[in-house]
Amino acid sequence: MAEVLVLVDHVDGQVKKVTTELLTAARRIGEPAAVWVGEGVESGKAALAEFGAEKVYVAPAELNDYVVAPKAELLAKLAQDKGAAAILVSATAENKEIAGRTAVKLGSGVLTDVVDVNADLVTEHSIFGGATVTHGRVKTGVPVIAVRPNSVPAEAAAGAAAEEAVSVELSDAAKAAKVVERVVQEQGERPELTEAAIVVSGGRGVGSDDFTVVENLADSLGAAVGASRAAVDSGWYPNQFQVGQTGKTVSPNLYVALGISGAIQHRAGMQTSKNIVAVNKDPEAPIFELVDFGVVGDLHTVAPQLTEEIKKRK
Amino acid sequence: MNIVVLVKQVPDTATERKLNAADNTLDRAASDGVVNELDEYAIEEALLLKEKHGGEVTILTMGPDQATDSIRKALSMGADKAVFVNDDALHGSDSLQTAYALAQALGTLEFDLVVLGSESTDARTGVVGAALAEYLGLPQLTLAGKVDVDGGAIKIQRQTDYGYDVVEAQLPAVVSVVEKINEPRYPSFKLIMQAKKKPVDKKSAADAGIDTAKVGLANATTETVDFAAAPPRAAGTIVKDEGDGGVKIADFLAEKKFV
Ligand SMILES: Cc1cc2nc3c(=O)[nH]c(=O)nc-3n(C[C@H](O)[C@H](O)[C@H](O)COP(=O)(O)OP(=O)(O)OC[C@H]3O[C@@H](n4cnc5c(N)ncnc54)[C@H](O)[C@@H]3O)c2cc1C
Ligand SMILES: Nc1ncnc2c1ncn2[C@@H]1O[C@H](COP(=O)(O)O)[C@@H](O)[C@H]1O
Repeated sequence: MAEVLVLVDHVDGQVKKVTTELLTAARRIGEPAAVWVGEGVESGKAALAEFGAEKVYVAPAELNDYVVAPKAELLAKLAQDKGAAAILVSATAENKEIAGRTAVKLGSGVLTDVVDVNADLVTEHSIFGGATVTHGRVKTGVPVIAVRPNSVPAEAAAGAAAEEAVSVELSDAAKAAKVVERVVQEQGERPELTEAAIVVSGGRGVGSDDFTVVENLADSLGAAVGASRAAVDSGWYPNQFQVGQTGKTVSPNLYVALGISGAIQHRAGMQTSKNIVAVNKDPEAPIFELVDFGVVGDLHTVAPQLTEEIKKRK
Repeated sequence: MNIVVLVKQVPDTATERKLNAADNTLDRAASDGVVNELDEYAIEEALLLKEKHGGEVTILTMGPDQATDSIRKALSMGADKAVFVNDDALHGSDSLQTAYALAQALGTLEFDLVVLGSESTDARTGVVGAALAEYLGLPQLTLAGKVDVDGGAIKIQRQTDYGYDVVEAQLPAVVSVVEKINEPRYPSFKLIMQAKKKPVDKKSAADAGIDTAKVGLANATTETVDFAAAPPRAAGTIVKDEGDGGVKIADFLAEKKFV
């Protein structure tokens, strides 16, 4: 069976949930081979084995010193050396870029923001803010596919996770854009936004940089906190929590929108959530077109009451 | 400093967008075309850089005839001139073919910097900037929330999942912008009038150095096999808060087994 390369997302050796989803999808197509860049493989390997990685290619941390191009050179080289059947990455902004460059190098096609992929490498997409479902296919070369987190349910299946060190001689072009500093803004104890099963987001209706009404509800549900662009632009919540077209795309089991009108750019980032709940004082707010359950009311009274109810029922 | 800004015309997100049943490509006639939102930020950033460092701002657009409207809009924001790659052979090009074609067209121009949006609202692939850097062999400075140019050196803040990276490179380079970077200006009446007289250099694929065997629907590296309207969401329940809105949501969440 041909190998299917899966680029691993990890934070300091901790494998992200989306990688286990990609390994699950890879097993439909061929033999999953995880591609690990940087330190920490010792702590992450167990999770890769648990979800079926037969191999784990480990590349040096140096690849992270430059923007995108080194990882594309690595993936293209591995795909050629190993005769890979496909390459899967998570559909984050950076990984979509890696996918694009890798495909150019391989002379193949790339599909991004895929919500499902089957054994024949036919992909499913949700486009126009969720209004249309399409199926796609790569026609030339090794398909490079970026899959949206929380789209393919992860299922465990043991793999050998045989480790193999790999390296790549970086071209000068790959070193042309150098990362000179990494600024990490605090994430806190909450689950990561794109990975979370539940997301509670606040918008302009929150009314100030005091986001505790949103955070308290999120914490009662073990959820991640998100924000609309209006809230981010007002400086109420940090940029990396923005949900939407130019923020993160989330697809949780439950999305709770507090004081968010539901502009098309916001919907583009949350419309594929499985259940949607909104609190908004304007009955005409477009977010209500999407909801499974909506309350027309003031979030400053409804959300705290909900938080108390959840705590009571636990 | 000479800057080329890549501007794409996309269907207005406020209108209903459609695909063509004949070939599964975007139906560009079905909705009004507008400048891709993020490209306005790209234009603005180029204008700010020009105001600081001098030089010229050129708009580069590839698209069907009606994309002329978007070119005029870009010129009325203050860009100096435009190159319009317009050829039926380009219809149905996918994102990588588009990047190839734009790279070829850029090869016929002189520039220190290429600025583009990080994503378009129609395809939303977000790969053009990276693929373009690959084709051109130039530094990739994508997802920029801040750009500083100092002589031949350029530095950006690249938006990441965890915050941002500071990235440095030498010109020429490819920069894509996120919407945090600036606030696009509104065209003044004077600029709108001036824009009508600004030069638009129309090029066929051949003029732009594009090999037509590498672009267009027939040569695309990907295809849309089929499409359908998403199944409608079951109509939700909407209640007015009568002092028990929070309890009612909790009941709903309990029913769905979230609590
Ligand atoms: C290029 C571009 C990219 C964009 N990308 C994004 C993106 O990624 N993500 C994004 O979110 N937006 C994005 N936007 C912005 C988008 O168009 C909207 O402006 C934004 O989503 C509005 O945020 P909001 O819903 O919080 O604010 P508003 O639209 O102002 O809505 C606030 C809502 O809160 C309600 N409200 C007020 N007070 C209360 C209260 N006490 N209780 C209950 N409800 C209350 C109001 O009725 C209203 O419906 C983008 C725009 C552009 C041009
Ligand atoms: N046909 C085109 N003409 C000019 N620029 C384009 C074209 N297609 C894409 N671009 C640029 O590439 C960016 C990203 O597009 P995409 O990768 O398709 O989401 C856009 O914001 C534009 O700046």
